[in-house]
Amino acid sequence: MMRDRETAAAASGGSSIDYADMLLLRFGEFTLKGKNRTRFEKTVLRHVKEMVKPYPKAVLSKEFGRIYVTLNGEPARELAEALKNVFGIASISPVKVSRSEFEDILAVSRTFLEIIAPAQGTTFKVSARRVWKDFPYGSIEMNKLIATPLLQGYPGLLVDVKSPELELKLEIREGHTFIFCEQIAGVGGFPLGTNGKAMLLLSGGIDSPVAGWSSMRRGLEVECVHFYSYPYTSELARQKVVDLARVLSRYAGVIKLHLVPFTEVQTSFTGIGQDNLIITLMRRAMLRITTQLAEREGALAVVTGDSLGQVASQTLSSMNAIGRATVLPLLRPLVMMDKSEIVELSKTIGTYDLSILPYEDCCTLFVPKSPTTNPNLRIVEKIEATLPGYSARLDAAVAGTETLSITPYGDEKPSDVVSAQAGLQEEWF
Amino acid sequence: MLYWDYAAASPPYEEVVQTMEQIMKLHYANPSSLHRPGAEADRLITRSREVCAAALGVQPQEILFTSGATESNNLAVKGAALQYRSRGRHIVTTDIEHPSVYESCLQLKSLGWEITFVAPDRTGVVDPAHVAAAVRRDTVLVSVMHVNNETGAVQPLREIGSRIKAANRRTLFHVDGVQGYGKLETQIKEWQADLYSLSPHKVRGPRGVGILYVKEGVALFPILTGGSQEQGVRAGTENVAAVVASAKAIRMSGERREAFNHQILPLRNRLLDFVSGIPEFTVNSSWDGAPHIVHFSYPAVNGEVMARKLEELGMTVSTRSACSSRLAEPSRVLLSMGRNAADALGGVRISLGDSHTEADVAALEQALLTAVQALKIVERGTK
Repeated sequence: MMRDRETAAAASGGSSIDYADMLLLRFGEFTLKGKNRTRFEKTVLRHVKEMVKPYPKAVLSKEFGRIYVTLNGEPARELAEALKNVFGIASISPVKVSRSEFEDILAVSRTFLEIIAPAQGTTFKVSARRVWKDFPYGSIEMNKLIATPLLQGYPGLLVDVKSPELELKLEIREGHTFIFCEQIAGVGGFPLGTNGKAMLLLSGGIDSPVAGWSSMRRGLEVECVHFYSYPYTSELARQKVVDLARVLSRYAGVIKLHLVPFTEVQTSFTGIGQDNLIITLMRRAMLRITTQLAEREGALAVVTGDSLGQVASQTLSSMNAIGRATVLPLLRPLVMMDKSEIVELSKTIGTYDLSILPYEDCCTLFVPKSPTTNPNLRIVEKIEATLPGYSARLDAAVAGTETLSITPYGDEKPSDVVSAQAGLQEEWF
Repeated sequence: MLYWDYAAASPPYEEVVQTMEQIMKLHYANPSSLHRPGAEADRLITRSREVCAAALGVQPQEILFTSGATESNNLAVKGAALQYRSRGRHIVTTDIEHPSVYESCLQLKSLGWEITFVAPDRTGVVDPAHVAAAVRRDTVLVSVMHVNNETGAVQPLREIGSRIKAANRRTLFHVDGVQGYGKLETQIKEWQADLYSLSPHKVRGPRGVGILYVKEGVALFPILTGGSQEQGVRAGTENVAAVVASAKAIRMSGERREAFNHQILPLRNRLLDFVSGIPEFTVNSSWDGAPHIVHFSYPAVNGEVMARKLEELGMTVSTRSACSSRLAEPSRVLLSMGRNAADALGGVRISLGDSHTEADVAALEQALLTAVQALKIVERGTK
């Protein structure tokens, strides 16, 4: 339905957004949430405030179930683009504001229709809502009083009060009347962080950023953990993960990225003569390290980009053997999704182009010719128990972890990528 | 010797030369290499892209580096035509485009595309209504330059852009901005341009680098293949030193645009006023043209002869665009403006830069008078 209305406006050419005075943001499903509602709304408001920061003239106000962004000349389209990514926002309407006097309301409604320029044969209705009971005309009365002159001006419009393609909504309040008809779909979900915090295993691939976004959308605050194996993997691979986290930070405002030096742990698995178990051992080690980081950061779950059956480590049997390395709940948002759906999502959230950059990462490195799809848990546990210095190596990896706070517009770099850029002198530009 | 050919090539800023030298010495690694020096070189390219994007008011990923504006124009025209050939095979351009656009269109024509060439009025300006009228359902691209390289005529791009998009929302709009950047305001978004070409060496940068703005979402069919550089649209190892130096020149000339106008416009006006007063000349530039070009015809004498005479008198000028000045044919641009063959053969272009002073202009005026006097004996008697 919402989509239909968007297309109707787009097909006819005009959009009211370029002429909007205000954006009306509606909350999503969490409005059902009874007691926690205030907390949820406050979180959305805080996130919206963050996104509006680069636009100093915009003014926010909150009301039951809604946030208003008065633009004062700030660019509506840009702001809407940013705000529709705020989790918890279900939809955005560009609004024109008129004084609450009949003549003004009619005049602005006319302008509104001119902007939208509906095509011949568009079905139409006016829905007025009189919030301010002192306004001289009732809601039903207003529908007729506004619709009649509009229809005279636009002989191409057809009335349909049941399911019109174009619904002109009027909200008559004391002082101002809001006039709008378009709805831009927001990303929905729960406000960020309202459902706790989890650690996300972020590789450089397509799946894990999507898993991260999906978790954030359910209200989870996410901290990213990336394992790198320099010199077997390059600095570029690590920078790529920083850039991926930066895309995710657009949805979070700020996001933590833990860069774990994994070389020592990973190479210790290569000499044991159990090549087909390397992946299993490696994933378990990752989970162990992540669990330690989660304790340190106060996170209660681990999110992975696993998708059932996609690769050897994602068979049910592998997931079982790997998952037992942690006591934390393992969340796998993509577990039942098709690859093509994941790819589509990654394009939508803006991580795809980065994900396909061709750098070796620690999951593609040391991949045995035939990794097992059915690892034996007892053997795996036995190997781990007999590996000399295994837990010391894990602790060292945790201790050597570098943590970056990534923001959408920042320029954060891992420490040795910074040194790689020491050659760059700003006066050259 | 006084140099009056800035529209063909301008002397690089001293800072640009220094940047170029330092980077050639320090950063010779291939930006596509995976080692650290390669990553550093790559970072220089990335930073250059950001600097250029900021100067043009666009996103870094919308900036493509090429080997020059000729390549940018070729890539814009042919790349768009080939990429979107399923949308149609019709292109609209003007009679006054630079050869790199004009001949790209002719080449496409030989491959089966249909080209509509819009003619300018007598002042060299094209009418937006004429451009829009030429746009059809199957029009893939419209290409119109910002400032004409011969006459300095400024095209009404905002109006053209909005009319094109009103006529066909899917038609791409390419602007050849080579002579306009640094002289006039560049408003890629306001013009609704999808493609915009720029040449650093016209704004005191190095040669051998061109810039092409490609609006996000617009795809181009690669003309050079064999590498994944420049998002796979333009293969070839980047010229790191020249790219960085170009970014610098573009930033500097953008920042100095107003000061440049302030300095150059009175000189241009004085010179335009002066050549208008010489009865032997037909003036082809107008008062509302670009601030750095004065173009006139001396129909009695070939432009080439006039240019040589002026050179003898210590003044370096050109006949029209450097790219076509070696052809002894009448200027296509002047003919399309309704000038006769004699006018179109006798064109002389004076283009100014920020090194010029009042005294230089006075000396040039003196030389013009002397040249006209001296050339009386070889006049064709066409008047």
